[in-house]
Amino acid sequence: MTPNAWLQMALLIGTALLLVKPVGIYMARVYENQPVPGLGKVLGPVERGIYRVCGVSAQHQQNWKRYTVALLLFNLLGFMAVYFIQKWQGWLPLNPTHMSAVAPSALALNTAASFITNTNWQNYAGETTMSYCTQMTALTVQNFLSAATGLTVLVAFVRGLARKTTTELGSFWVDLTRSVLYILLPFSLALAAILIWQGVPQTLGKYPTVHVVQPFHQAGAPTTAASTTIATQTIAIGPVASQEAIKELGTNGGGFFNANSAHPFENPTGLTNFLEELAILLLPLAFCYTFGRMVGDARQGWAVLAAMVVLLLALMIPCVIAEQAGNPLLAHYCDQKPSVLQAGGNMVGKEARFGPVNSGIFAAVATGTSTGAVNSMLDSFTPLGGLCPLWLMQLSEVAPGGVGSGLYGMLMFVLITVFIAGLMIGRTPEYLGKKIEAFEMKMASIAILIPPSLVLVGTAMACVTAAGLAGIANPGAHGFSEILYAMTSQANNNGSAFAGLNGDSTFYNVIGALLMLAARFWTIIPTMAIAGSLAGKKIIPAGSGTLSTYSPLFVFILLAIIVVVIALTFFPALALGPIVEQLQMMTGRW
Amino acid sequence: MAMHHSVTLFKGDIVRQAMLAAMVKLKPRHQARNPVMFVVYIGSILTTVLWVQALWGHGEAPTWFIFWVALWLWFTVLFANFAEAMAEGRGRAQADTLRRARKDTTARKLTTPQRDAAPTLVPASSLRKGDFILCEAGDVIAADGEVLAGVASVDESAITGESAPVIREGGGDRSSVTGGTRVLSDWLVIQVGANPGETFLDRMIAMVEGARRQKTPNEIALNILLAGFTIVCLLATATLLPFSIYSAHSVNNALAAVGKSAGASPVSITILVALLVCLIPTTIGALLSAIGIAGMDRMIQANVIATSGRAVEAAGDVDVLLLDKTGTITLGNRQAVAFHPAGGVAEKDLADAAQLSSLADETPEGRSVVILAKNKFGMRQRQVDHLGASFVPFTAQTRMSGIDLRDRHIRKGADAAIEQYVQSLGGEFPAEIRSTADNISRSGGTPLVVADGARALGVIELKDIVKGGIRERFAELRSMGIKTVMVTGDNPLTAAAIAAEAGVDDFLAQATPETKLKLIREYQAGGRLVAMTGDGTNDAPALAQADVAVAMNSGTQAAKEAGNMVDLDSNPTKLIEVVETGKQLLMTRGALTTFSIANDVSKYFAILPVMFAPVYPQLGRLNIMDLDPHTAILSAVIFNALIIIALIPIALKGVTYRPRPANTLLWNNILIYGLGGLIVPFIGIKAIDMILNTVRF
Repeated sequence: MTPNAWLQMALLIGTALLLVKPVGIYMARVYENQPVPGLGKVLGPVERGIYRVCGVSAQHQQNWKRYTVALLLFNLLGFMAVYFIQKWQGWLPLNPTHMSAVAPSALALNTAASFITNTNWQNYAGETTMSYCTQMTALTVQNFLSAATGLTVLVAFVRGLARKTTTELGSFWVDLTRSVLYILLPFSLALAAILIWQGVPQTLGKYPTVHVVQPFHQAGAPTTAASTTIATQTIAIGPVASQEAIKELGTNGGGFFNANSAHPFENPTGLTNFLEELAILLLPLAFCYTFGRMVGDARQGWAVLAAMVVLLLALMIPCVIAEQAGNPLLAHYCDQKPSVLQAGGNMVGKEARFGPVNSGIFAAVATGTSTGAVNSMLDSFTPLGGLCPLWLMQLSEVAPGGVGSGLYGMLMFVLITVFIAGLMIGRTPEYLGKKIEAFEMKMASIAILIPPSLVLVGTAMACVTAAGLAGIANPGAHGFSEILYAMTSQANNNGSAFAGLNGDSTFYNVIGALLMLAARFWTIIPTMAIAGSLAGKKIIPAGSGTLSTYSPLFVFILLAIIVVVIALTFFPALALGPIVEQLQMMTGRW
Repeated sequence: MAMHHSVTLFKGDIVRQAMLAAMVKLKPRHQARNPVMFVVYIGSILTTVLWVQALWGHGEAPTWFIFWVALWLWFTVLFANFAEAMAEGRGRAQADTLRRARKDTTARKLTTPQRDAAPTLVPASSLRKGDFILCEAGDVIAADGEVLAGVASVDESAITGESAPVIREGGGDRSSVTGGTRVLSDWLVIQVGANPGETFLDRMIAMVEGARRQKTPNEIALNILLAGFTIVCLLATATLLPFSIYSAHSVNNALAAVGKSAGASPVSITILVALLVCLIPTTIGALLSAIGIAGMDRMIQANVIATSGRAVEAAGDVDVLLLDKTGTITLGNRQAVAFHPAGGVAEKDLADAAQLSSLADETPEGRSVVILAKNKFGMRQRQVDHLGASFVPFTAQTRMSGIDLRDRHIRKGADAAIEQYVQSLGGEFPAEIRSTADNISRSGGTPLVVADGARALGVIELKDIVKGGIRERFAELRSMGIKTVMVTGDNPLTAAAIAAEAGVDDFLAQATPETKLKLIREYQAGGRLVAMTGDGTNDAPALAQADVAVAMNSGTQAAKEAGNMVDLDSNPTKLIEVVETGKQLLMTRGALTTFSIANDVSKYFAILPVMFAPVYPQLGRLNIMDLDPHTAILSAVIFNALIIIALIPIALKGVTYRPRPANTLLWNNILIYGLGGLIVPFIGIKAIDMILNTVRF
């Protein structure tokens, strides 16, 4: 690996880690309903106004069932809003490019499911499908609300751990409002401002048509044999910066444009690339500190954070190495070595301004979190380079996962680890003083079981049905990788696209929507059930007989369990996809 | 009832019975109770059907291969059954020993509740509720019951700890007698209060046999986790069929495109079943119930009977131990350790008077005064009757005891009592004696002042003798995170001194049943789990409140009913062993779960390369163990079955337990069972593969 690769990774992870504590403390203040420094003065009246209009009391407390029901109803409302705005966008304002209703309905369904579940899987191209109104009021709004939903579940779960002998987990409405108002909005505003400065468009004007510098002839269809002269070009623009900021910060990943962060209007410079990666990592990592602070022991947060970062780096580094190494089969035909003149490595499907290093890092960051944004074509990565983002998603999005969802997903693994490690020291397992019993094991098992099961079943269905096989662009092992990637991405609420697979068919739209909804809410419900159960328990004081859940040993066991229980489950499937592709590439025989 | 029943691990007849039981346990209803093993069971049936199909010439894989896989899958199921049957067999052997011990007692059964009715000698176990029995001096009362006739002194020291015999007589509140106590003098006619088989002990013996064994909370939680893990593995293997169909299809298409004949074929069901069984946690699944049964069994080897597996589990969680001072921390009784004569009195004279006053005193304290005088000054014991003396017993009114010789009236007792006595005779109580007595109290001892008539002679210092090694034991407990609390009826001053000497963390002085109960509730409110021992009826509320309550077998029925364990040896120190056994039970589960899960890594590498070779020969590179493709899968299946047998001793005996802080324990177990679980199968599978190839399988 080149020194540049190490430097880029160190800069990104180092900066993210530096921000963990200050942002973590800030978020803890938000969720402990303390006055928020600075912003509180400005936004306090807005917050109180929202409560007054909605008839919500700021002191109101809900038990886990009420909290969950409120969350589900709110998300159902969001789902319907996104669906119908797509369907009615032709009649709605802010449609200068005259987009008609999104068709077919299965696509609108898939998109609605995708955006409320923080997945942002896109079976459409934004600039040719969605009006500004849809982009702004349906998609961008859900970018905020789905991220906020993740945060509410997490904060309720953390309260379940921190509180004792109570049924109260806080108020979904208050948590939702404060998440958006004090965390997502201000951070997005700041990021959007920087993006605009760097050249990202933010306009409601219609797509401009410009004269190309050098008109050219395009061959017509073979039957007519007539060629057309291309002298003008329509450039897609729009309110991009505002959507781009929350796309990264809320680990959403749904691009304004089809090319996502590879598009120069979404991600124009090296600086924006760095800031987008940083924004993706910021909240999932920083909440670890918030968690530690809220349970009264910062070390607990750092331990979980360490596990997340180790997993992320364990797959980010090989991804960058594989991409920088390039394709051995091309070694005789072209120079893939990095030099002052070129980035080297596997440049297929990559932006020249990012090169293999920043493409690999971005891919790992966007799949390690549940963002799914891309700044390069993953389908054109080397097999090993493509395996890394795939495996990062298959870890059930915990390295570090989505906003909120990553940490509560990781805490499910922590509960399993506590259970097994706790037995090994001869005590009924306990985490943060809460006894982990049959009910918690049942719910944690469900939460952990759901995403891999959905991935496997979805892939299996696509592999043996004509409708599934119809979407494949490449035959053989790579085609299998494409299906596996698409199912993995949706069933883990990531949204990253390998591309290569045509997902806009009824089969993939419907299956995908079901996977995304099931993966999101069937993990949220058991998580909330555990939160409710833990909140009702006593806190057992820690002693020297208590399992330390912040020691390096514990982090090691946690990682081992994630690897053996989840990662290796996919080993046979991966063997038929990227692993055999890599072996084929290395041996030069398929 | 103290007995030792350690049953050797693999005793011939237990093994034979277990092998038989392993076959009987193949019933589907029994298998369905264990989700992990049920999957193996279904897999065995499935492969057997595939084998039969292959015999008819429609084999999806070579017939010999399906046969051997099916055979070893059946072995896997049988080994699991065998492990459970072994544990049950050992439990039954323990229970039989217990029963025999109970039958040994005989009772004089009467036809009518009269002293002169003709008694017949019957075994205690044949007594029924409502029967009448006669107990004479020297008899052990055979059963709990009511006194109908007679008055007798009964030694209930085992129950109450009081060495003085108590009077039992018909009618009133002194009519209840407890089985196991001994009639010292006279006789009693008793009506039996409980059928054999319905008594507390009997019910517990039934528990031991495993007949009424229910899954414990932790076992249920672990079962859920293992079931979840099994479902993931099931999906991961089942979906490999469509995956490999796709892969084979696309490879064949590509071959056809270059004019080659189709050569790739999907994975066979037999291999998928083999992979599934190897991946699901069969090791822990097979041994889980054996571990639970063996845990209760180990309690019995320590002569403790737990009323439920839940209690054994809870013992592992205990973080506060309430220990009675007497008998647990200190030797049974206080002993005289020094004579402190008053000014102008020779120590020998004090010793002489003290010995005289104690000659007829049969309490352990009294005996110790006689012995101290003898050891220090060579004073031989004199016979009270030879001296023509009369003994003055201790009464609650005088709070003194002593002896009246011709002209001497020697008394010993608490300083306040003697002061009153001396002053009542017109003597003067020296301030020096009072200060000596106070000093002794302050240092944890008990002062006994001796007076000869109106003259106070000096003070005998009685002291609790802390048991040897107990301090180290408490230090170990502390390192395990367990807090020890000494419970005593002593005043706070004395209690503090003994607590410091014994090294307990805290103490409860001037304990009453109420303060004990309050203390337990306080600890529990703070989230702690409390264990205690008790024997008297007045301990019952505290025993019922405590999370782990060990009743002494010598204790009252009420105490036994309130507790969740009974110590047959009536040894309060056993509480520590109980906690350790509970921890060992949980640790064994954790260790074998870790081992089982860690095993998976090697099995992927053993099976996958061979499994996908018909589709992608390139994957042969993953065969890092260099196994023979013909025997690799079978080697993994055989290893998977044999490891169950190999681990039965650990399941039955439990993992080695040493009191250590949690992190040290975790390190040790992760190294042995985690790392071991990772490495052992690599070696084991390779070795089995080599053996199979050596015997030209």
